[in-house]
Amino acid sequence: MGSFKLGRMTMRSLLGKPATAMYPVVPPVYFERTKGHVENDIETCILCSICEKKCPSQAIVVDKPAKSWTIDPFRCVQCNACVIACPKQCLTMVNTYTAPATSKSTLTVTKAEAAS
Amino acid sequence: MGKRTIIPFGPQHPVLPEPVHLDLVLEDEIVVAAIPQIGFVHRGLEKLVEKRDYNQFMYVAERICGICSFGHSLGYAQTIEALMDVEIPKRAEYLRVIWHELSRIHSHLLWLGLVADGFGYESLFMHTWRLRERVLDIFEKTTGGRVIFSACTVGGVVHDIENSELSGIVAVLDGLASEYAELSGAFLKDTSVNNRLVGVGVLTKEQAYDLSAVGPFGRASGLPYDIRSIGYGGYADLANFVPVTSPAGDSYARCEVRVKEVLASIEIIKELVAKIPAGEIAVAVKGAPAAGSQVVSRLEQPRGEAFYYAKGNGTKFLDRFRVRTPTSINIPGMVTALAGCQLADVPMIVLTIDPCISCTER
Repeated sequence: MGSFKLGRMTMRSLLGKPATAMYPVVPPVYFERTKGHVENDIETCILCSICEKKCPSQAIVVDKPAKSWTIDPFRCVQCNACVIACPKQCLTMVNTYTAPATSKSTLTVTKAEAAS
Repeated sequence: MGKRTIIPFGPQHPVLPEPVHLDLVLEDEIVVAAIPQIGFVHRGLEKLVEKRDYNQFMYVAERICGICSFGHSLGYAQTIEALMDVEIPKRAEYLRVIWHELSRIHSHLLWLGLVADGFGYESLFMHTWRLRERVLDIFEKTTGGRVIFSACTVGGVVHDIENSELSGIVAVLDGLASEYAELSGAFLKDTSVNNRLVGVGVLTKEQAYDLSAVGPFGRASGLPYDIRSIGYGGYADLANFVPVTSPAGDSYARCEVRVKEVLASIEIIKELVAKIPAGEIAVAVKGAPAAGSQVVSRLEQPRGEAFYYAKGNGTKFLDRFRVRTPTSINIPGMVTALAGCQLADVPMIVLTIDPCISCTER
């Protein structure tokens, strides 16, 4: 038994660098695999709806007649199930997070031929 | 006999991370009895099994608990694999155990921090959580998530960890172990810590056995009861697995068991990294669980034994999925340990079972 058992560690943290990053002055470093948000390369997408069926939180809606792909980023749980299931590998998990927002919104991407 | 008073404790209390309510029957400052009540965070996750197919439910299962998220995904995956007679590749079994043991390290470091915060040793709390960050970084680097990994799938694992990255993990753990030695000295040898823990909330070995105490809570009463001993998954290949126990049964013993289990987990990871075979990380699983098929499976989570039950009905949707978590089985033991303690020690004793009420209520 004794006291001051944490003395050396406390002294080191007093004299050393801070253990935390000085966010937001120092931007956070994400790893390659960090699950930030899902993006769709709509020109490669064949609108097969497999991602919509696999999504456990029903965040994805594929509209074949309008040739659009919609994701609700507030429902998405970044589980990667759609990215794994995508037969054309047009979905990617990007390692940055979506910006904070004051109201809920969805994100739609539409094929260029349908938009024009 | 003094006058009896009933004091409500929780469900919102500064020391409780999650809502549990206790009616404390006091005689002066001594707790005579404690009547527990839960049911404040029920989310109905088990019912959701009827609306999500067995692959999708993996993502629900790992959200049963934020701390043992990998444990629950592993438990669910094992249950479904047993239900469908799937044998997963050896490398996947090893990777699952490595992640699971890393989860145990991070869970115990979190608990040690919370307990330090509970007895008012703020710098010890901060240093413990500083070390825990390194384990969370390993998770983020290898799976992409810090809390919810989505790394397990029915039939194996989603991500492989390269052998070079595995050696990197061992190097991080070696660095962590040297700093952790200093921290564990503060937990086990500091007089001010000992004054709060030694002899507080004693649960004898007989009581622990009778009340089926599991996990570090039971092992701190001298019960050598650890599901890892039965050798499921990658644990079967460990050269020697001996559960960490301590005979005293007080809060200090529970702290000691968890402090030593972190070191034991580091050793397990090192051994498995040295032995890990090359090969596939997942097998394709087709079809659905047969109608009427039932299975139970068990798993040692950081808090103790978790028990899973699943029943198939011939479709991709399960008929029933049931989880019994370590906290629910430890509540009778906690109530017994509370009887006879000082009112000021109640938060400390409640913390020593590492209560996870969200797990318990699902």
